[in-house]
Amino acid sequence: MASTAKKIQSALLPIVSGAILLGIWYSISYFYGRSVGYDVQRIIIPFPHQITSALWTERELLYLSTRQTALSAVIGFITAVVVGYALSMVLASAIWVKKALYPWVLVLQMTPVIVLAPIFVLWIGQGLPSITAITFMICFFPVVANTTMGLVSTDRNLLDLFQMSNATKTQEILYLRVPFAMPYFLTGMKIAGTLAPIGAITGDLFAGSSQGGVGGIGFMVILYNSQLKIPELFATAFVACMLGFVFVGSVNWLHWYLLKNWHESVRKIEHT
Amino acid sequence: MRTDSNQIPMVKLTNTYKRFGDTTVLEAINFQAAKGEFISLVGPSGCGKSTMLKIIAGLYAASEGEVIVDGMNPKDAREEMAFIFQEANLLPWKRVLQNVELPLKLRGESKERRLETARKMLELVSLSHALDRFPWQLSGGMRMRVSIARALTLAPRVLLLDEPFGALDEMTRDNLNEDLLRIHARDQWTAFFVTHSAAEAVFLSNRVVVLSANPGRIAEIIEIDLPTQRTAELREDPAYLNYVAKVSHAIRTVH
Repeated sequence: MASTAKKIQSALLPIVSGAILLGIWYSISYFYGRSVGYDVQRIIIPFPHQITSALWTERELLYLSTRQTALSAVIGFITAVVVGYALSMVLASAIWVKKALYPWVLVLQMTPVIVLAPIFVLWIGQGLPSITAITFMICFFPVVANTTMGLVSTDRNLLDLFQMSNATKTQEILYLRVPFAMPYFLTGMKIAGTLAPIGAITGDLFAGSSQGGVGGIGFMVILYNSQLKIPELFATAFVACMLGFVFVGSVNWLHWYLLKNWHESVRKIEHT
Repeated sequence: MRTDSNQIPMVKLTNTYKRFGDTTVLEAINFQAAKGEFISLVGPSGCGKSTMLKIIAGLYAASEGEVIVDGMNPKDAREEMAFIFQEANLLPWKRVLQNVELPLKLRGESKERRLETARKMLELVSLSHALDRFPWQLSGGMRMRVSIARALTLAPRVLLLDEPFGALDEMTRDNLNEDLLRIHARDQWTAFFVTHSAAEAVFLSNRVVVLSANPGRIAEIIEIDLPTQRTAELREDPAYLNYVAKVSHAIRTVH
């Protein structure tokens, strides 16, 4: 069947392109090593197999640090989603509230979080608390901006319909505004989802510590870099990338699951 | 179905004005409709037909004058009214049955009664087979039927329709017109129907109100003296065609 052939093709294409990229990498490493010596090559452009073996020898440390980073990312992300949603409800409750508060939300967003990192450390201490706070700060804005937009742009005719039915304010929020804003909220959450692991790693770079045994991914980056363990650094990058995929994948799945029945962005094509 | 001066009017507008800022949209509207009347509002774009409908619904307040629905001011009479919008205006995240039961849910009826009424109304518009579908799985005509069923769940005494079939093809529109008349004959609500189509207005109404634009004033009221029982065959009747010509002419020549 044509569709099966297409499926095989689309599965094969990234594998083929990956193999080609790998080949290019190997040849660059090889020729570079030939000209400057393989000791130098190892710490500038390691061979891919040197990276995988570093991944294996460092597996325990990398696992623990990834777990640590994932924890900060999840806590920061969930807090940002919950607090962001609540704030959006407040902002959308009346025009004057939005006018009064939204500029300050923007000010908060425009301040680079990294600049605030030392202050967080000062206030709530190194490690998990500060890293979580930094993740929160990074994830917070897209949730607020999108959800507020969704809550205030509810269809005029639908609002009239609710008014004609003598709906209470609570009913209007529960049965109309919240579901109407759902796609907007989930879009904000998707953006926050891509930012959360980055936030947790950056937070770790600036506020991380190895107190309690192990640091996060950012801490490992600093550590390996200072020891010139470059294949290990590449291995760390690989692990961070995987963490990002898992995170974004989960959030995208949630997005799909909640909207699959009705929203144009995700629903399956069906003809009746 | 005739206007009966002895009857208390179901809807009455007395010297009603509506202004948005400096623009007068409706000017000196005096009109009343008795129970069971089917009134169409026609006129050029911007003549304020939709505005008049929304004033009766209490969605807009009149700038001046008095609007009475079933002896009350429009906002208090909401329970007696239902509004059918230009688009079907369904909740896209709810299935057909849940969309239809919505007004009853908002009113706090028990789930059992809600579903029973919703099912009955969907049967009335021949949609019993589509209870579990989502709005996007329906054709435009079917969506409009759902919207009608939803309006009927409240057993309204006044039905306000804001160009409901404007976006549909002619055949679907004709079918829905016939269905609407069938239900009207059964329930005898008072209808205000905004439309651009002279043919549709004549087919449905016992009176057609022609509004002029800038500002909207009642230019002419045309009584449609056709049998109450109307079927598709009426569309070939010379008397009907005469009325359509008359209404078209009136819309074209108002100023």
